[in-house]
Amino acid sequence: MTQIMNAITIKGLSKTYKNGTQALKNIDLEIREGDFFALLGANGAGKTTIINILTGLVIKSSGNIKIFDMDIDHNHQAAKRLMGVVPQEFNVNVFERVHDIVVNQAGYYGLNRKQALDRAEELLNAMDLWEKRNQVARELSGGMKRRLMITRALMHQPKLLILDEPTASVDVELRHGMWKYLHRLNDSGSTILLTTHYLEEVEQMCRTAAIIKEGQIIKNEPVKTLIQLLHLEEYIITVKKIQNIKKLSQYQIMVIDDHTFELEIDREHQLNNFLADLPKTGMKTTDIRTKGFRLEKLFINMLKD
Amino acid sequence: MKSKNFIAYLTLSRKEINRILRIWPQTLVPSMITQSLYFIIFGNFIGSRLGDIAGVSYVAFIVPGLVMMSIINNSYTNVSGSFFSSKFMGSIEELLVSPAPNWVIIAGYATAGIFRGILVGLLVFFISCLFTRPQIHNIIIVAIFVILTSAVFSLAGFLNGILAKKFDDISIFPTFILTPLTYLGGVFYSVKSLPAFWQSVSNFNPILYMINGFRFGLYGYSDVNIMMSLMIIIFFIIFQISLIVYILQKGYGLKS
Repeated sequence: MTQIMNAITIKGLSKTYKNGTQALKNIDLEIREGDFFALLGANGAGKTTIINILTGLVIKSSGNIKIFDMDIDHNHQAAKRLMGVVPQEFNVNVFERVHDIVVNQAGYYGLNRKQALDRAEELLNAMDLWEKRNQVARELSGGMKRRLMITRALMHQPKLLILDEPTASVDVELRHGMWKYLHRLNDSGSTILLTTHYLEEVEQMCRTAAIIKEGQIIKNEPVKTLIQLLHLEEYIITVKKIQNIKKLSQYQIMVIDDHTFELEIDREHQLNNFLADLPKTGMKTTDIRTKGFRLEKLFINMLKD
Repeated sequence: MKSKNFIAYLTLSRKEINRILRIWPQTLVPSMITQSLYFIIFGNFIGSRLGDIAGVSYVAFIVPGLVMMSIINNSYTNVSGSFFSSKFMGSIEELLVSPAPNWVIIAGYATAGIFRGILVGLLVFFISCLFTRPQIHNIIIVAIFVILTSAVFSLAGFLNGILAKKFDDISIFPTFILTPLTYLGGVFYSVKSLPAFWQSVSNFNPILYMINGFRFGLYGYSDVNIMMSLMIIIFFIIFQISLIVYILQKGYGLKS
C-alpha cells in the first residue's frame, strides 16, 4: 500500500519581526498530499506570514519546514520547484505583456522556451486570457489580474499550489469559475493550500481547515468535523404566509419577510419537535433548507474565546 | 541540455534586454544627445583652440572619457532603475519565490546592464567618428576595459537597487558621487596637467583608472599603470559580488 506523504510539514515554526511583533508562536502543522486545505484567521493572525515563509519571502526565526519531505533550509531550490504561489497583492510588472509575464515565470523555473510557450497557450486559454495576451498587465481588470496570477503560478505545474486570498475582491461569477478550476486541479492530484475570508469557500471546497489566532493554530480538523462542533443548526423555512408566530416562542426565530423565517435550533432539540409544533400556528410549509456557511459562526465563536 | 538555472539566467537577461530595447528613447537616446553636445562644444568649439594632448587632438583625447562616461552611467542606471522598479511594484517576488539561485539574479541583471553600457558606448563611439577619427591601439584591451567597467557599475547599480527604499535613493549616488568622480576622472584632461597635490588626490579616484585603461586601448597612452587599472577593476567586481551575495542571503531590503 502506498503511503500518502505530507505536502507540508511544519514543526515549531516561530517568527518575530524586527519591530518585535511575534507573528507566529511555535506552530506545528501538517498538510497531506492531495488535500484541499484552508488556513483561516482574522487579519494579522499570521496566515500570510506562514505562506511567505514557505515561499522564501520571509525569514523564519525558528522551526523546520518540509515540502514533500524536502527540508526548505537544505534543499530550498528543489522545494521551491514544487510550489506555485498566488499572492494576496497584485505583484506583476504592470508594464509587461501578459504573455511575457507567464512565459518568463516558466523560464525562472527552468522550462525551456518551447515548453514555456506551449504551456502559456494552454493555460491562458484555460483561464480565458488568451485574447488578452498582448496587453500590458495594467490594462487588465481586477478579475483578469487575479487569473493572470493564478496562470503564472501554474506555469511550472506545481504539486503544491498556495493561494493567499485568491478570491478577494473578485465578483461572484468569477469566484465560482475559480472554485471550479481549483476543484479540477485538486482532483487531478495537486495539493492546495488557501487562505480566505470567505467561509463559504472553505465549506464548499476544502477538506481540512486550520484556524489561526494570534500566531497559534487553535483548531486543525477536517471541515466536516469543524461543522459538527457547532451545537446549533440553522434552517431557512418558507411558508405560504407567516401567522401566529408567537406560538413558537420557545424557538429562536428571526422573520425575514412575510413568507420566510430563520430558525436556529439546538442539535439536541430535534427538528422533528419543531415540525410537530409548526402546524399549531396554521402555517403551511413550502420549503425547508439548511443555511450554509455554518463555519462562519464557528469561526466567530472561536476567535471570541 | 541547458541546465534549469542557465535557462533561468537566459530568461532574466532576455527580459531585461528586451526592456532596454522596448524603451529605447529612454535608455539609448539621452546619452547620444548629451555626448554629441560635449563633442560639439568641448571638442569642436573649444577643442579647436587647444593644442594636442599626448599626441592626439583634444577632441580625440576626450573620446575615451566620453564613451566611458556613457558606459558607466548607463550600466549603473539600468540595473539600479530596473531592480528598484521591480522591488517597488513587487514583481521582484516572481524571482524570489522561484528556484533561481542568487547568482542567476545577479548575473541576469548585470548582463543587461553590461549590454546597455556597451550598446550606448558603441553608439557614442560612432558619433565621435563624426568629429574625429579615433584610433584603436589594442582592441583586446579596449574590450576588457569596456566589459569589466560596465560590470563594475552594473553591480554597483544592483547594490543601490537593493538598498534603495524610495526612488530618491537611486539618484543620490549617481548625482553626488558618480558624476563628480567621472568628471574628475580625466575625461576632459590629462591628470598629468594637474598640480602635484591634485594629481595625488586624483589617484584615489577609481574611475580615473577605468578611463585611462580604455584610453590606453585606443591610443596607447595612459596617465596611470594599466595593470594597476585592471587590478582595481577586478577588486571592485569581486568585492561587490561578495557584498551582494551576502546581502541577498541575509535578505536585507528584500525579505523581512
